[in-house]
Amino acid sequence: MSATSPPVAAPPQQDERLVPISRITRTLRRPELGSLLAAVFVFVMFAITDSSSNHLWLKQTGLAAWTQQAAFFGIVSVPVGLLMIGGEFDLSAGVMTGVTAIVMALLVGKWHVDTWLSILITLVFAAVIGLINGYIVVFTKLPSFIVTLATFFILRGASTGGVLLLNHGSTPVTVTTANPAGLHSAKSIFGSSFFSSGTLPSGYSTAILWFIGVTIVGTWVLSRTKFGNWIFAVGGEQNAARNTGVPVNRTKILLFVATALAAALVGIISFTQASSAVSEQGVGYEFFYIIAAVVGGCLLTGGYGSAIGAALGACIIGMAFEGVIYAGWDSSWDFAFLGVILFVAVIVNTVIYRSALKARR
Amino acid sequence: MSEDVKPNGAVPALEVRSVSKYFGSVNALTEVSLAVYAGQVTCVLGDNGAGKSTLIKILSGVHVPDKGEVLFEGEPVSFAGPRDARARGIATVFQDLATVPLMSVWRNFFLGNEPTRGRGPLQRVDIKGAQRTMRDEMAKMGIDVRDPDQTVGTLSGGERQAMAIARAVYFGAKVLILDEPTSALGVRQSGIVLKYVIQARAMGRAVIFITHNPHHAFPVGDRFVLLKRGRMLGSYAKSETTLEQLTTLMAGGAELEELSHELQRASDPAMKEVAKELAAEAQTSA
Repeated sequence: MSATSPPVAAPPQQDERLVPISRITRTLRRPELGSLLAAVFVFVMFAITDSSSNHLWLKQTGLAAWTQQAAFFGIVSVPVGLLMIGGEFDLSAGVMTGVTAIVMALLVGKWHVDTWLSILITLVFAAVIGLINGYIVVFTKLPSFIVTLATFFILRGASTGGVLLLNHGSTPVTVTTANPAGLHSAKSIFGSSFFSSGTLPSGYSTAILWFIGVTIVGTWVLSRTKFGNWIFAVGGEQNAARNTGVPVNRTKILLFVATALAAALVGIISFTQASSAVSEQGVGYEFFYIIAAVVGGCLLTGGYGSAIGAALGACIIGMAFEGVIYAGWDSSWDFAFLGVILFVAVIVNTVIYRSALKARR
Repeated sequence: MSEDVKPNGAVPALEVRSVSKYFGSVNALTEVSLAVYAGQVTCVLGDNGAGKSTLIKILSGVHVPDKGEVLFEGEPVSFAGPRDARARGIATVFQDLATVPLMSVWRNFFLGNEPTRGRGPLQRVDIKGAQRTMRDEMAKMGIDVRDPDQTVGTLSGGERQAMAIARAVYFGAKVLILDEPTSALGVRQSGIVLKYVIQARAMGRAVIFITHNPHHAFPVGDRFVLLKRGRMLGSYAKSETTLEQLTTLMAGGAELEELSHELQRASDPAMKEVAKELAAEAQTSA
């Protein structure tokens, strides 16, 4: 999917119907274009409507606020986007961020396990859930929408019930010991901040760096690796993929595992930030991930999209949540606003997608 | 039946000897034999329901015949499945072509066989190399890919067919099985595909070309196997037959005559006209 690849050696005969494709047209055909325009539009709109004193939206305070929000959504929305390009959904990704935070809190706060070991256990736990999701989808051939909806409910119920059972009837699981082993070093990597200054004492959340990292890895995998080629193929035309020798089942299962691991990363970040976790955390986020991916140009039916698009979609959601506060509106409007953005972006994306299939100019 | 046209002392690349296949009480294929040599094209001709699909599935390893033998390069084989047949160098280009419309031409060309560079976590698809190879291979069959990032969905039917054939040839197929490659194409596009069948033959590939159109089969075929209702109607070397003969054998002279009589009784003048033509056609076959 490299848009800038130069033309290769001159072909033996030129087709007389050949119309050169300009760089601009190629750019116009990229799946993430719609979300880029939408992100710019939303940013400018909140810059105009900003009613905070000193117009903080355009300052570091505003930037730090919405990028942190965006990071929490984006770390998961990128793999959710890849999964969607691969033709599947994961509705359990939202609750997974909460469940993994709970697992971390129980391990570190209640059972006094070393934080780094707890992180490892949490990642293994998430990977197992991802494997279960993937195996059930691949081998029962049931729609992933239903399978992961079931996982979502099981995780939600089990985590709430489990916490009440293990934590003597109280929901928040907090760290009570003064200085649990490894928490300090883990916090500095996952749940800390950087670039704090006089104008921004709290700095930027480290989650932002993880978000950028996940986006880079996602883009690399999708556009430059074999695995990326397989993702497009299994989502675009599964039978064709199978006939050409693509390991369809392995590709899908790995995508489910990657999504679960990304959700666990968010769980680890949120636990190390707060040193506590609450059950039901993250419930409902699965839709934000899907919205971010769709706004970013990922086709609901699979086979088309980009990782950068899903990341931009997460930025839009982050800006919407924070911008409404800066504009001084009632935060109930968040959802209506997101709905409109989703609507417009999907229409723009459909136009782009159709032109990718059809037009040559 | 005639003597085989074979290169001196050569063994057929792929051969079936009196194979039969039953599905429940239906005899889908009865005692069918055919052979294809490297550098030759064997055409399998038959109308709908003649057993062409069943034969392809036996040749490509999807079905195991209930009776008879399959020989690959002279050795009797029993394919474990299509993957096994493909691993031995038998490539089947199915009608649905195994392409992903939303993916670019080069991504489709190398799907499942992506060339890579670099190692470990830096291993990546050699995009430039893949694009160059794809363009070269497509140019060999006279198709200039306008833009390597162009999606396969934007290619014409003939180009898509050609890409599927080029892909099979590039990845080392010894035997190419083409399932009705021209059936959905216009005249010019069919011509392009036929040209590529000839090129594949010139490259030393054994080609099995399945079609119901004798006009497409005759110019490219070295041998013609006619199927009808699951049985062999005949097997002819090119020197032993003519296009007219193939056409009438395909249609079945006697049946055409019968149909002509039926239409004669119809009151519609247009029907009578058709009947006259059918009668003439039946005449040439007799």
